[in-house]
Amino acid sequence: MASLIQFILIFVVLTNLTLLGSSRRSSCIRLVAAQGILLGLLPLVLPEEGLTTSALVLALASIVLKGVVFPRLLLRAERTAGVKREFQPIIGYSASILLGILFLAFSMWLGTRLELPLPLRSLIGAKLAVPVSLFSILIGLLLIISRNKALTQVLGYLVMENGIYIFGVSLVREQPWLVETGILLDIFVAVFVMGIAIFHISREFDHMDVDQLTVLKD
Amino acid sequence: MHLYALILIPAAAGAAAFAVRPDAARRLVLVAAAVVHSALTFSLWLVPQQFSRLPDRMSWIALDAAGLLVLSITSLLFLITAFYTVGYLRREHDESHRDIEEGFYFRNAPEAVFTGCLLFFLSSMTFVTMCQHFGLLWVAVEATTLVSAPLIYFHRQHRSLEATWKYLLICSVGIALALLGNFLLAVAATSAEGGERLPLVVGSLAADGASLNPLWLKAAFVFLLVGYGTKMGLAPMHTWLPDAHSEAPSSASALLSGALLNCAFLGILRAHQVCDAAQHGEFSRSLLVGFGLLSMAVAGIFIVGQSDFKRMLAYSSIEHMGILALGAGLGGALGTYGMLLHAVNHSVTKAMLFLVAGNILGVFKTKQCSAIRGMNRVVPWTTLLWVAGFLAITGSPPFGVFLSEFTILRAALDQGRNIVAAVYLGLLVLIFVGMATIVLNMSQGEPAEPPAQEPRETFSMIAPPALLGLLALALGLYIPPALNDMLHRAAEALGGGA
Repeated sequence: MASLIQFILIFVVLTNLTLLGSSRRSSCIRLVAAQGILLGLLPLVLPEEGLTTSALVLALASIVLKGVVFPRLLLRAERTAGVKREFQPIIGYSASILLGILFLAFSMWLGTRLELPLPLRSLIGAKLAVPVSLFSILIGLLLIISRNKALTQVLGYLVMENGIYIFGVSLVREQPWLVETGILLDIFVAVFVMGIAIFHISREFDHMDVDQLTVLKD
Repeated sequence: MHLYALILIPAAAGAAAFAVRPDAARRLVLVAAAVVHSALTFSLWLVPQQFSRLPDRMSWIALDAAGLLVLSITSLLFLITAFYTVGYLRREHDESHRDIEEGFYFRNAPEAVFTGCLLFFLSSMTFVTMCQHFGLLWVAVEATTLVSAPLIYFHRQHRSLEATWKYLLICSVGIALALLGNFLLAVAATSAEGGERLPLVVGSLAADGASLNPLWLKAAFVFLLVGYGTKMGLAPMHTWLPDAHSEAPSSASALLSGALLNCAFLGILRAHQVCDAAQHGEFSRSLLVGFGLLSMAVAGIFIVGQSDFKRMLAYSSIEHMGILALGAGLGGALGTYGMLLHAVNHSVTKAMLFLVAGNILGVFKTKQCSAIRGMNRVVPWTTLLWVAGFLAITGSPPFGVFLSEFTILRAALDQGRNIVAAVYLGLLVLIFVGMATIVLNMSQGEPAEPPAQEPRETFSMIAPPALLGLLALALGLYIPPALNDMLHRAAEALGGGA
């Protein structure tokens, strides 16, 4: 089990770096979807004492959402927008990857500095989970700040959310199901509403460059 | 307890608003839901004893004194804006509108969407005030963002779309950080020996505060402060707020500013409550004071010379959120009491100002302060309310804001924090001067040109803000014993009893 967990977490690190360097948005959407599916498996392989029904249902729901519903929604928004590539991101692709590697080093360092409470230290995956989750959050924020397409910003939000999810699922396992369902529902509606907003943006402006959204300022 | 009814009635009414076809019936649903909600909320005040120090340790959904205060403000503002909204929707009913700044034509979102989302918004804010579990609180606060985004995009044109996008993205990202804060809190609540974990319920965490892990608790507070602070509009995470509040229709702005910001602040207060119980109150207080003063300073800078009067009001909201954070940060019996009183006063006054701003916008068809002169000749009642609202919000006596701002000042001086007090006073004066220039220039002088048709000040435009204005004045002259008692109960629960 431990090797499977490590595989999933390392896969997340690699997809994050690939996301920074890839200019085709449809492949970015697929990468985030793959991340979502593998992370959905995480609660199934983590617990030592076996599966509960509620964990199974939630894992299934999150896999369906992140692996099927979100990518479909985003690919559709992508098709209506028409433009396939990210032109002139605010931070270039190679610079973003370099920054990403710096972030990775920083998260690893911070992960060794933060001392987990004693009972959590022995959990499988706990050691790797903290730095990987920090790394994902930073990459998500970087994507939101450095890309000027609304759709890539939504992807950044999802990557960031995945990072928080890694932290939660590996260190705070026994979340009440009511709360977990609520979180999942909120994220679903958030992406749905953002998808609608992207649709309106691309219709209103004939594109979805958020760097054109600059009328409101002081 | 009919707490669930308070959440479910507006939600059901919201669903009904989407289904009902005739406009008149839908507006009736809105008003009826608002009346029932406020009546239920008012009935909670009849038994004040039930709002004791802290709800018990296990209940996830319960109303404490602070929650009741925020709920009552929300319910009252919703009731008054509901009446205003009915009049507003009648005036906005034409098929297409000319954009006031760039002259193109646009349509409004369907009225059903606006009314339905308004009711869902009330339901989700009610839910926020009752959450004692940090996880549920997060779910509720994020829900308020999602249901209020369509309100900002009521005028279907590109500026409101831009504001909606910023609101959605910045607030969702901010609140995602609060989710991480929740997880950090859960790590902090894992006891060192057995691996037992306290439930993330405010009462339970506060009761066993001493057993929380200090490092992770502090990290959790920082993330919760930044997360909910984004939603509350604390600088430097405030950038969405002026856009959203200036582009939304005025009744939505009034609710965003008067009700929603308090709900987000409640999230910060809950985290602070836990920190305080764990003997790390000094840490959270110093952060709150810092963010509070920074927000006031940023607001001051942008209010001076502001060219758009709705943005001026939005920055004023940032200023007052700063004052709330400052009051909570000063703490003690006086600071906490002043902060809670200020939340009530600010909400009433700011909602009034946004409704009046909506009237001005409707008559003069511009948001530029410089384009409006001599309002007193054209719309005397609106001008009276506008100037009175300005005096009230900047803390002139005898309005309520003066009383609460003065209480917070006294708290700072009592604690010997003279520098904080001096900066606070200096910024208040700066903002007073900045707003005075704008508001007085708009009200006086010679009107540039008379508007095309004779402007009418109808009852539905004037009565709701006038009522709020009278309330703001009354709160400055007399605080009812029931309210005073509840403010003291809430202050005590929030660590201001010592």
